[in-house]
Amino acid sequence: MKTDVVVIGAGAVGCAIARELSKYQVNVTVVDKNEDVGGDASKSNSAIIHTGYDASPGTLESQLVVAANPMYDEIVKDLDVPFKRIGAILPAFTEEQFLQLPAIKEKAFKNHVYDVEYKSGAELLAMEPNLNPEVKGGLYIPRESIIDPFILVQAMAENANANGVEFLLGAKVTDIKTENGKIKSVVTEKGEIETKYVINSAGLYCDEIAAMVGKADYKVVARKGQFYILDKNTSCQVEHIVLPIPTKITKGKLMCPTIHGNMLVGPTADDQESKVDKSTTAEGLESIAKDVRNLVPGVNLRDTITQYCGLRPNRNPEGLHFDMYDDLAGYINLSGVRSTGLTLSVAMGKYVVQQMLMHGADFVLKENFIKERKGIIKFSEQPLEVQDALIRENPLYGNVVCRCETITEAEILQAIHRPLGAKSVDAVKRRVRAGMGRCQGGFCGPKVIEILARELKVSPEKINKHNPGSYMVTGRSRG
Amino acid sequence: MKKDIICTICPKGCTVTVEGEAGAVTSITGFGCKRGQEYATAEFTSHVRILTTTVKIEGRDSDLLPVRSSRPLPKEKILDCMAVIKEVSVKAPVSQYDVIVENICGTGIDIVATKTMQ
Amino acid sequence: MYNMKYDVVVVGGGPAGLAAAVSAKEEGAEKVLIIERDNALGGILQQCIHPGFGLTRFKEELTGPEYYSRFTEKADALGVEYLLNSMVLEVNTEAKQVICTSGEYGMVCVTCGSIVLAMGCRERTRAGIVVPGTRPAGLYTAGSAQRLVNRQNIMVGKKVVILGSGDIGMIMARRMTLEGAEVVMVVELMDYLAGLTRNRVQCLDDFGIPLKLAHTITKIEGNERVTGVYVAPVDENKKPILEQEEFVPCDTVLFSVGLIPENELSKKASIAISPVTNGPIVNQHMQTSSEGVFACGNVVHVNDLVDNVSSESETAGKFAARYAMGNIPAETKTVTCKTGRNVRYICPHTISLSKEAETVDLYFRVLMPEMGAKLVAKCGDEVIAQKKEIKVNPGEMNHITVNTGKITGDLTVEVIKED
Repeated sequence: MKTDVVVIGAGAVGCAIARELSKYQVNVTVVDKNEDVGGDASKSNSAIIHTGYDASPGTLESQLVVAANPMYDEIVKDLDVPFKRIGAILPAFTEEQFLQLPAIKEKAFKNHVYDVEYKSGAELLAMEPNLNPEVKGGLYIPRESIIDPFILVQAMAENANANGVEFLLGAKVTDIKTENGKIKSVVTEKGEIETKYVINSAGLYCDEIAAMVGKADYKVVARKGQFYILDKNTSCQVEHIVLPIPTKITKGKLMCPTIHGNMLVGPTADDQESKVDKSTTAEGLESIAKDVRNLVPGVNLRDTITQYCGLRPNRNPEGLHFDMYDDLAGYINLSGVRSTGLTLSVAMGKYVVQQMLMHGADFVLKENFIKERKGIIKFSEQPLEVQDALIRENPLYGNVVCRCETITEAEILQAIHRPLGAKSVDAVKRRVRAGMGRCQGGFCGPKVIEILARELKVSPEKINKHNPGSYMVTGRSRG
Repeated sequence: MKKDIICTICPKGCTVTVEGEAGAVTSITGFGCKRGQEYATAEFTSHVRILTTTVKIEGRDSDLLPVRSSRPLPKEKILDCMAVIKEVSVKAPVSQYDVIVENICGTGIDIVATKTMQ
Repeated sequence: MYNMKYDVVVVGGGPAGLAAAVSAKEEGAEKVLIIERDNALGGILQQCIHPGFGLTRFKEELTGPEYYSRFTEKADALGVEYLLNSMVLEVNTEAKQVICTSGEYGMVCVTCGSIVLAMGCRERTRAGIVVPGTRPAGLYTAGSAQRLVNRQNIMVGKKVVILGSGDIGMIMARRMTLEGAEVVMVVELMDYLAGLTRNRVQCLDDFGIPLKLAHTITKIEGNERVTGVYVAPVDENKKPILEQEEFVPCDTVLFSVGLIPENELSKKASIAISPVTNGPIVNQHMQTSSEGVFACGNVVHVNDLVDNVSSESETAGKFAARYAMGNIPAETKTVTCKTGRNVRYICPHTISLSKEAETVDLYFRVLMPEMGAKLVAKCGDEVIAQKKEIKVNPGEMNHITVNTGKITGDLTVEVIKED
């Protein structure tokens, strides 16, 4: 295999870079160890598009997050990604917290986030009636937003793919070869790719990739974040992102709606050695329950439909880093892409490509770049007439497979058959939400396994939950 | 010999105490009804169970025919019967109560379909 | 949109919906329609291939398919109509309209005289009981596994731990064993069995499967497929005693930790829901808080015996038909059924009194197991019905029959301990 640029990692940042590169006449291959695009940290986070109000002023992270936030209005339109600017509130419940507000507002100002405003306790309670009534006042950050993080990454990947970017999935990078101070090739489990450039956007594993070219002067520290997702019907809801006032030790746990109308509560923040241990813990889940009740006392965790855990790739020493090297032409290293990574991905795409152009890349713009990508139509969100027309056109829209989220067989087939389509149960879930609802795939799981096996023309035991080894079933009981 | 037998005739689950020797019952107490008395007596002398499972339908991968033993089978024969049933396949259509395996494992009991399959 | 008109529309073609539809037809409703989301009628009984159904109703031990086929045959003979692969998206209680999908017709709007809700229930999941750990493949609710094994010809795993001693869990323990899997143990948080005793005898004891009462799973391990679980005993506050935790290797975990009535449609239609049963509040005719909308079966309260579901659904069907024909006795007064000592809930929640006296079966569940109990229904201090039971158990529904002629006001059901 031969290409111009290899992007390692098909998470938010990798896919954003790939999409940006696909505007140019250059061959790009994205490689990832996972069987699906979507990365690791990019698919288990709080799904918030930040403003950067609380970043460290003057850092690359601050610049990119602040620049990225306004880009979303256009990107979500072009790529058909569910997104909503719901705003965040930062309520103070104690005198001590109240006295911290001016410093937080000043930091926002230094980050060029000028639209942060004070709100009185009464105003905040009017905005968010389920808030702890002890609230003394707080800040309102209007452009903090929520997004479907799965669709965002899929959309960027699909659009890059439509513009010629190749994806090599299930292909763990095992080595990077260099020659005379230049990148030569990337060796993966699925073959070697000759290339001029390598962009390391491997997130949790970016230190291991960097070590392959002798550039690992840092370590990735996985910071575990556990979350609860509550039923759409839960009695106590919020309409904004409700953030706690950070303490010296932690940024704390928040409560917010997801773009699909569930409530999200969390996360914890605990550093750990392992990059694979994504287990929730009794203590972690209890600590979320305790902390969030300070913000929203009525939160009903008995309405939980799932708990999950994500690992944010923090860096030691800290900070978001973009590195190019005089002694290794063609190698770009990204590290410290942590909880703000989803937000800043779209700005990072542009930043990386501009840096490449300024450092000698002779990429020429395409004339036929396809800017737009259409998502899979959500049957459940259509008006009756449209639903009726959809079924008449394709009767499989009449067959509801996932009853909790009202997902039809027609949508599942599109998830499987569109470019970079779903090959696993989780991949179907992340594309069309079958199994994301309150029964967590209890009813539709068995059907989805059967549909995947039928459509991919394999036997059911070949269907995985996510990656190889995660087989859903052991085979036919009667041969 | 004395044995406490939990009656499984109905959901109540009465504990019936049976005393006796080698199949002959000398005393029986704790049953809630006549059928419970019969059950506990039978259970004291020999254990029987209705076996239910599924049978392969030829030419269909993701569909099965549910079947049962026409009468309760000796408990110790259940796994032998399963081994036989697992190797059987039928051609659709099948009607409810069609005999699928006659006189399974020499018990004199048939395995029958519990569902009509077109 | 395709329009249809029926006297009675039944949402759900499981045992409740079938019995309601048959009885509505028998009561005289001319056009009765069942709307079912699966590809066949029978509901959950299609996958319940085991015996144990029909002992009360038919005085014989039937399997699930045999039980429901007695109703589908009747429904066919009576001319009950049905839409399969058709999901109801909305119930309009005022206009008496039901909107559903249909591959054949597109979106369908059925206008009707009365509606019977019979959507059944769903299984509580791991998240509902908070089991920490990873999220690998190999975690199933017992009912999903049952569907895969019994209907789809798919085995889910080889070495199984089951959490919860509910009936489906125990029945799956036997089923998996018969299919060649090893069931390592059944773990139950409470110190008593959640399901029926006979299922313990026939499904666990018969195969030597250990039942760990007062134990729980404290953690799930494995990143791709489950590799095992940690199991620990619990103290009197149901907190795990972590010092006694042990690792149990397995490739499959089945959850049988309770059922939840599926009332998303009812809630959307603003029908009053009981916080105890999570089902619609109904009177003795199974009429909900919305006039002309009836509900029956597990959508109202989770039953352990399908025989009870059938009889309660027949009541719903009968009165749905009467309502559609404008033939419901005029109500003189409504009384409430209140829970007394050791009673968790009663179904029906209210009794509508009219000039005609009728007998009403009050179904209820106790809070805790008890030996030697007297079940009592009373109005004020006056006992209007009573009945003795050798034992009562939360896993087994009790019932007592009252005559509405004797009811003078709100009614209390209680369980009295007898020595």
